Amino acid sequence: MRREKKRLSVFTRRALVAALGEAGLFGLLGLRLYRMQVIDGARYATLAADNRVSARLVAPPRGEIHDRNGTLLAGNKPHWRALLMVEETADAKASLAAFTRLIPLDPAEQERIAHAIQLHQPFIPVLLRDYLSWDEMAQLAVNAPELPGIVVDVGTTRFYPFGPDFAHLVGYVGPPARSQLADAPVLSLPGMRVGKSGVELERNQPLTGQPGVMRLEVNALGRVIRDLSRDPGMPGETVRLNVDAKLQRLMASRLEKEQSAAAVVLDLHNGAVMAMGSTPSFDPTLFDTGVPARQWKAWITNQRAPLLDKAGTGLYAPGSTFKPVVALAALSSGAITPGTRFFCPGYFKLGQHRFWCWNHGGHGFLDVTSAICQSCDVFFYNTALATGIDQIAAMARRLGIGAPPPVDLPGFRAGFVPTREWREARGKPWTLGETVIQGIGQGFVQATPFTLALMAARVATGRAIAPRVTAAVGAETVPPEPTPDLGIPEPFLALVRQGMREVVNNPLGTAYASRLSDPNVQMAGKTGTAQVFDGPQGVDTASLPWRFRPNALFIAFAPAAAPRYALSVVVEHGNEGADAAAPIARDLMGAVLARDPANRQIATGSVPGTILPGEPPT
Amino acid sequence: MITAEGRLLRTAAFDLTRKLTGINWFLVLLISLLAAVGALSLYAAAGSFAPYAKPQLIRFVAGFAIMLAIALVDIRLIARVAWPLYFAALAMLALVLRFGSVGLGAERWLSVGGIALQPSELMKLALVLALAHWFHRASWERIGNPAFLVPPLLTILAPVALILKEPNLGTAVIVLAIGAAILFAAGVRLWNFGLAAALLGVAAPIAYAHLHAYQKARILTFLDPARDPLGAGYNILQSKIALGSGGLWGQGFMHASQGSLDFLPEKQTDFIFTLFAEQFGFIGSLALLSLIALIVFTAIAIGLGSRHQFGRLVAFGIGVNFFLYAFVNVAMVMGVIPVGGVPLPLVSYGGSALLTTMAAFGVLLSVQVHRNVEFASQQQESL
Repeated sequence: MRREKKRLSVFTRRALVAALGEAGLFGLLGLRLYRMQVIDGARYATLAADNRVSARLVAPPRGEIHDRNGTLLAGNKPHWRALLMVEETADAKASLAAFTRLIPLDPAEQERIAHAIQLHQPFIPVLLRDYLSWDEMAQLAVNAPELPGIVVDVGTTRFYPFGPDFAHLVGYVGPPARSQLADAPVLSLPGMRVGKSGVELERNQPLTGQPGVMRLEVNALGRVIRDLSRDPGMPGETVRLNVDAKLQRLMASRLEKEQSAAAVVLDLHNGAVMAMGSTPSFDPTLFDTGVPARQWKAWITNQRAPLLDKAGTGLYAPGSTFKPVVALAALSSGAITPGTRFFCPGYFKLGQHRFWCWNHGGHGFLDVTSAICQSCDVFFYNTALATGIDQIAAMARRLGIGAPPPVDLPGFRAGFVPTREWREARGKPWTLGETVIQGIGQGFVQATPFTLALMAARVATGRAIAPRVTAAVGAETVPPEPTPDLGIPEPFLALVRQGMREVVNNPLGTAYASRLSDPNVQMAGKTGTAQVFDGPQGVDTASLPWRFRPNALFIAFAPAAAPRYALSVVVEHGNEGADAAAPIARDLMGAVLARDPANRQIATGSVPGTILPGEPPT
Repeated sequence: MITAEGRLLRTAAFDLTRKLTGINWFLVLLISLLAAVGALSLYAAAGSFAPYAKPQLIRFVAGFAIMLAIALVDIRLIARVAWPLYFAALAMLALVLRFGSVGLGAERWLSVGGIALQPSELMKLALVLALAHWFHRASWERIGNPAFLVPPLLTILAPVALILKEPNLGTAVIVLAIGAAILFAAGVRLWNFGLAAALLGVAAPIAYAHLHAYQKARILTFLDPARDPLGAGYNILQSKIALGSGGLWGQGFMHASQGSLDFLPEKQTDFIFTLFAEQFGFIGSLALLSLIALIVFTAIAIGLGSRHQFGRLVAFGIGVNFFLYAFVNVAMVMGVIPVGGVPLPLVSYGGSALLTTMAAFGVLLSVQVHRNVEFASQQQESL
């Protein structure tokens, strides 16, 4: 017990010594704290106020967008700009005042800058002025001593080498909205842009990249003495598209001849969107540098809607291009058989009402193939009535019209196919007359050029093609979508395809004039002429004012024997599908076949790929 | 025999309620207060509960449950697992050298089934338990025999060597200090410490002379971070500026102009004290230091109240461990000592450190709850 006592007393003594030592060390920490925070506090506060080491966030360069062959579609162009580093000046307002004496700023800009200075987000410089001229740069350089905290550095402008040709597809960028700034302060960096439409919007995240940090030593005047370290951040990824720039430019040049038009070309093997354009277009660069008020007004008052992507969002009655859908619905539901024939006297009577065929003279007896070939309306009035609206609507959705568009671009519209329930939900009974005009793609049904091309692609393949605009993001390839079989019996598809083939290659066909010049390759297609208002019969529509003329449409695929490409062309108020839309389709199809490396030996349509206008500016 | 059996029955009859009332709730309150300070600081570090404060609070709740569970475990059972735990920790330290992932330039983490483990954290507790177990049986005379001190010395030096090899000099020094503190409290003669210090003084320059040039450079940078102004030196400079600018009353909660900016790297881990001191000034910092000191003194008081040597040494060791971490961290952010990579326990962000700290407090509470139990071996020795 004595030994235990000894051990306890030693422990007690030494534990107390240790506690005393610990208390002493804590006391020393307290003294040190007192010295730093109370005695030297003011000095450290001064140091903190103009911390000699300053950090700046560096905006990452936005990723480029390339076409399938690596042609630049969207890049960055450097320009000079003036920035105000609020941390590096004692009096930001004085610096700003000195700056405005040299380079005047308009009141709206001054208001924005004042707001940004007041907000004072750390390390985020305030943009004073973009796009400095040489004279302005010289002014700033000469007067540098009076401009503490103001630096001239290199900013970037989004640069679209082909301007309007890709405006709707590639999209454009603009300054972030104020609501976006709250979530991502990095977006406040001068020059940061976010995608506003098209691929720029769809792939905004990989294109944006990660900001870098630059650490700088600055003197009391805010002048940078030296770089301490640089973390360059992560530049945005390069996005490669499936689009073929030369084909797209050919498309743009062909569409431009029309007042308002759109077209889509798809590759059936992998769903690639080869080209997609809408005219009139606009210069996407302006959204980055700032759209002049006059230009903006001109855009939004233009009836041809240049800002609208008609290929993906323009809604049109498909007209006779809808007939393949009706034919497949009828054959699949058993409403008609391959041998079914209807007599066309030039009109169709439902009760007391006459529905006219475009050929008032009548087509006589026709089966489904020749009815498609000659685009007989009466045959399809009969067929639609026998099939019923619900079967037609279901087939239209299966072929891509009226269903959410399977594409990797934002804002594409589905189009619309009416059903009995839809009509009845609006308190009106579905009438047989409405079914009848559905047969020729008039009435309530609406499609976009994109969904029309999709329909052509699905008729050509019998598969659920899902088009893709983007081929790869950085090193990562976007895999093609699976294309399950649509389950439409092959013999029916073959009949419809044969009809479409005759549209272009049978002298009786409505688009015989637009056949490919190469006798070895045949294009299959379907014309469409959709009225935009109920005019009196027998009027020459070409003599009407532009906006009352019918829309001209054409869908096609080729080669007819083994389809590889599908397309659609819509010319607003182009009057006749055969005259306005089919020739454009022929030129595009000829070019895309000629540009296909697998078909180099095929001499194609009237516009060989070699005469594509101009080389891209570098 | 009957009395012994009766005693055993009585100890076995320690029911849950009595154990719970035996817990030092004052200490539990102090620990919770410190964790609350930590959550507050982590909230300020990010300006929101994500990404630091929320997971830390969740871990604290888990750690709190672990602490209370351990507090109810009989201290004799803990004594029995002391050595197995020590060898497990030693094996993990060896594994970390072979398979550990590299974090911030040093191999410290071991990933077991997706859970990142820091074996050096576990070792701090295991070493305290193992050494306490060794000296628990030792009489005053036996401790005087130098041969008796060889095994505990090896027990200390083995993990120190492994941690040095990671390399993590800061933790190695702390583990060495914990070992020395327990030897001191156990009653090892003072001349032994004098001799060890003298040996270290002589050996260090010789060892240093035999190092490679790059190793010397590394040690010099370690001792004087100003040699590397863009690395550690930058951190310390920014930390001092932020700390000093706190003044007497501080900039106010969430008003840390320096700390909230990215001037302070690692602000949620090593430099969390700086962030706190900038916001709450000298008064707040002093209160925080007092809170830490109070926890340390409570631990030592629990040791003094224990009727068995194992409990005394364990409580003392845990207290010293906690003290060393807090002291080294605070001294580091003030630029007093040039060490890196030492968190402020219960305040800094980090799951592994928090859970092991809470487990250690659980053991400390167990000492308090079981301060009067009798060890069978001790009985036999005294008989």
